[in-house]
Amino acid sequence: MNVRLKIKRFNPETDKKPYWKEYELDMEPKDRVLDALHEVKWTQDGTLSLRRSCAHGVCGSDAMRINGRNRLACKVFVDDEMKTGKGAIMIEPILGLPVIKDMIVDMEPFMAHYRAVMPFLVNDTEPGPRERLQSPQDRERFDDTTKCILCACCTTSCPSFWARGEYVGPAAIVQAHRFIFDTRDQAAEERLAVLNEPDGIWRCRTVFNCTEACPRGIQVTKAIGEVKEALRTGVIA
Amino acid sequence: MVHHHQFDALVVGAGGAGLMAALHASKTVKTAVISKLYPTRSHTGTAQGGISAALGNMEPDKWEWHAYDTVKGGDFLCDQDAVDIMCRDAIDAVIDLEHMGLPFDRTPDGKISQRRFGGHTNNDTKQAVQRACHAADRTGHMILQTLYQNCIKQKVQFFDEFQMIDLLVADGKCNGIVAVCLDTGELHVFHSKGTLLATGGFGKMWKVTSNAHSLTGDAPAAILRRHLPLEDMEFFQFHPTGVYKLGILLSEAARGEGAVFLNGKGERFMERYMPTLKDLAPRDICSRYIYKEIREGRGVDGKDYVYLDFRPEEINKYFAADGNPRRVTAEYMEQKLPDIIEFARVYQGVDPMTAPVPIQPTAHYAMGGIPTNNDAEVLADETGRLIEGLYAAGEVACVSVHGANRLGTNSLVDLVVFGKRGGIKMAEYCAKAAFREIDKAGAATYAQNQIDNLRKGDGTEEPSKIRKSLQIMMDDNVGVYRTGPGIQTAIDHIHELQERYKKVRVQDKGMRWNTDLMEVWELGALLDLAEVTAYSALARQESRGGHFREDFPKRDDANFLKHTFVWKNGKIEIKHKPVVITRFKPEERKY
Ligand SMILES: Cc1cc2nc3c(=O)[nH]c(=O)nc-3n(C[C@H](O)[C@H](O)[C@H](O)COP(=O)(O)OP(=O)(O)OC[C@H]3O[C@@H](n4cnc5c(N)ncnc54)[C@H](O)[C@@H]3O)c2cc1C
Ligand code: SF4
Ligand code: SF4
Ligand code: FES
Repeated sequence: MNVRLKIKRFNPETDKKPYWKEYELDMEPKDRVLDALHEVKWTQDGTLSLRRSCAHGVCGSDAMRINGRNRLACKVFVDDEMKTGKGAIMIEPILGLPVIKDMIVDMEPFMAHYRAVMPFLVNDTEPGPRERLQSPQDRERFDDTTKCILCACCTTSCPSFWARGEYVGPAAIVQAHRFIFDTRDQAAEERLAVLNEPDGIWRCRTVFNCTEACPRGIQVTKAIGEVKEALRTGVIA
Repeated sequence: MVHHHQFDALVVGAGGAGLMAALHASKTVKTAVISKLYPTRSHTGTAQGGISAALGNMEPDKWEWHAYDTVKGGDFLCDQDAVDIMCRDAIDAVIDLEHMGLPFDRTPDGKISQRRFGGHTNNDTKQAVQRACHAADRTGHMILQTLYQNCIKQKVQFFDEFQMIDLLVADGKCNGIVAVCLDTGELHVFHSKGTLLATGGFGKMWKVTSNAHSLTGDAPAAILRRHLPLEDMEFFQFHPTGVYKLGILLSEAARGEGAVFLNGKGERFMERYMPTLKDLAPRDICSRYIYKEIREGRGVDGKDYVYLDFRPEEINKYFAADGNPRRVTAEYMEQKLPDIIEFARVYQGVDPMTAPVPIQPTAHYAMGGIPTNNDAEVLADETGRLIEGLYAAGEVACVSVHGANRLGTNSLVDLVVFGKRGGIKMAEYCAKAAFREIDKAGAATYAQNQIDNLRKGDGTEEPSKIRKSLQIMMDDNVGVYRTGPGIQTAIDHIHELQERYKKVRVQDKGMRWNTDLMEVWELGALLDLAEVTAYSALARQESRGGHFREDFPKRDDANFLKHTFVWKNGKIEIKHKPVVITRFKPEERKY
């Protein structure tokens, strides 16, 4: 099928500001948008730059704004997006992080927020020679938030984050949730304290953009709600 | 401008093997991790089904059984001393991961849950045993996240999005690496006492593959260019269950939970070939029989695929037929295999809960790679001489614990066991060794020339056409079934492509994030690796594990019970190293 891409281009070595450029391609309907971008890169313009690796939605490299919604390019299809885009697929970098080149943004501010919530298990008791025990129910409690691949689709779709980049953002809260509700962990209070700061969780206005954007289907807003509840009540349940 | 850094220890690659090594090395010596991807995007994150260890949480199990299964699965080409280390240490390694925070699935009494996997058996009853520890079907994701989390906790130093393109070796000793900073395009020399390579697999030389775009074998190519050998390159695993045409993996965990293969006539054909383990026979065997069915006209609609059936009611029928009291429900399957069920829905448009899924074998795993001893120290040749200061671990290395065919779940074990051993060994070495002098001004010259030639060249050969042509040739002639003439055709074609590559086109002439240039550089690496793979395959005139020669369909222990070492110094040179055999004498593989 005939596919039109409108790509927001920017090369820091030659361009003063970003501009839109159109490309026409012949693709299979079930080719992914990532395939279409590769087709442009490999047959029309090698300078088109993007990150990608796994090509099946698990490494989190190719988050971009496709027809105005944050998606992994390897997980959406050209026929669907041609329909959504009414005849052309609009592709631009995710919003709220500094653009370096084409789809490539500076991930460091995002990673700094991630590191701030202490994203690692803290448990200072001697574990003994075998595994720590955990019931299937206790394990299930934080299952959803273990799926996060740090793609940044959520944080860069969040109006609160666009308004203020210091806001810790939904991805970091998801990561905090994964540990706060893990019965083996002992640092919930420290994490909650970080999230209770002015640029912490209270900047979330419950707009649900993040949940809609998550390619792993994580109930992001629900997880945020549970952390807020823990802060309000002082009870981790 | 060339930048200079000095670290006691370097780890190149931030997948499971690299992070494990870094966690251990950085405890005692100044360590840096260099990775072309953000660590959490490494391919370890795609591993699905599980990591084996004879914990015995579900039923009796012993690490000695795990060792025997590994050796038999590897068609007796594994070095058995290394296999013993891996299977024994697997138990502590998995417990360690749990202590680090890994959220394994749990049994009702709170222990780590385990499932069946291909080739893993109770050696007494010969039946499949539940040995694969798992976190749903995202075990690799959880390992990668857990190790990275612990690196943050331990404040390990990372150089993210730095791509190694050369290794500094002089007088048989390694002094570090040269890398491109992808953001600036500038070269960085990392001078070190010890360097551990953990860059993962190189499946991108095939078209249908489960491997990521980034798995291009940069480090093994650098090894060849520095006149060092690679081991057992003819052994590459084709996993039986890739999503048709795309190659995306549907984990063996599906069959562990009860799924079966069906041919175009709806027959459960593995029953005919491997009456005991059936659909849970090792991967090389399943892949061969899938193609046998297809060649004999029993593919689906006469096409080149068969079905993987994991509809719950069908699975329960097969369980009943096998006299297995287990029963599954759709809810259970969705909980145990959420990701692969989603892959089938998203990428194939098929709901595995209501219809069988079209699958075909997919290029998956490199058994061969950079030769090492049991402490991850890199070998300079087939006699066991070492290259001082150089280590390798993970998929890029060949210890060899996987022999001619890796069992499912054994790669993740390999990463954590040998990543740790390598990290510790390297740190011990760095603590007592001194930095060797390097020629600071000239260290980056070879790397710089490679990059400059590509950037400044005015070639017209399209890299994507060369890549595609290589991949199709490898699928057709160096795949599941091989013949001497077919492999020779591939070699001739690779040589032609290497000639065309000399005039390759790089359109992006810039410095920053020049992914065009780096992709072309990676293509050069793939061409070199494909060449040594094909030559190694041509020389091995027998069939063993993942290497099946139609013109030599039998295993030939008299002539080929030995490892291949291949060099590419102007021309190809092949030598051999004996296999370490301790408890398990080679026997015919029946399942
Ligand atoms: C879909 C899939 C499912 C799998 N499931 C299982 C399973 O259930 N059980 C199992 O045991 N095994 C499984 N495997 C195999 C296993 O996942 C891999 O063999 C293993 O993860 C490889 O780990 P690694 O650490 O060696 O390399 P990787 O995780 O691939 O990491 C390689 C690292 O090297 C870096 N790198 C590469 N080149 C360079 C360079 N030039 N410069 C700097 N850095 C570089 C990358 O950035 C990356 O960080 C699976 C594999 C696939 C593809
Ligand atoms: S729910 Fe909160 S975090 Fe999510 S997008 Fe809305 S404001 Fe942002
Ligand atoms: S929560 Fe979802 S959208 Fe956000 S970073 Fe994690 S995987 Fe991506
Ligand atoms: S390329 Fe890995 S998520 Fe898209």
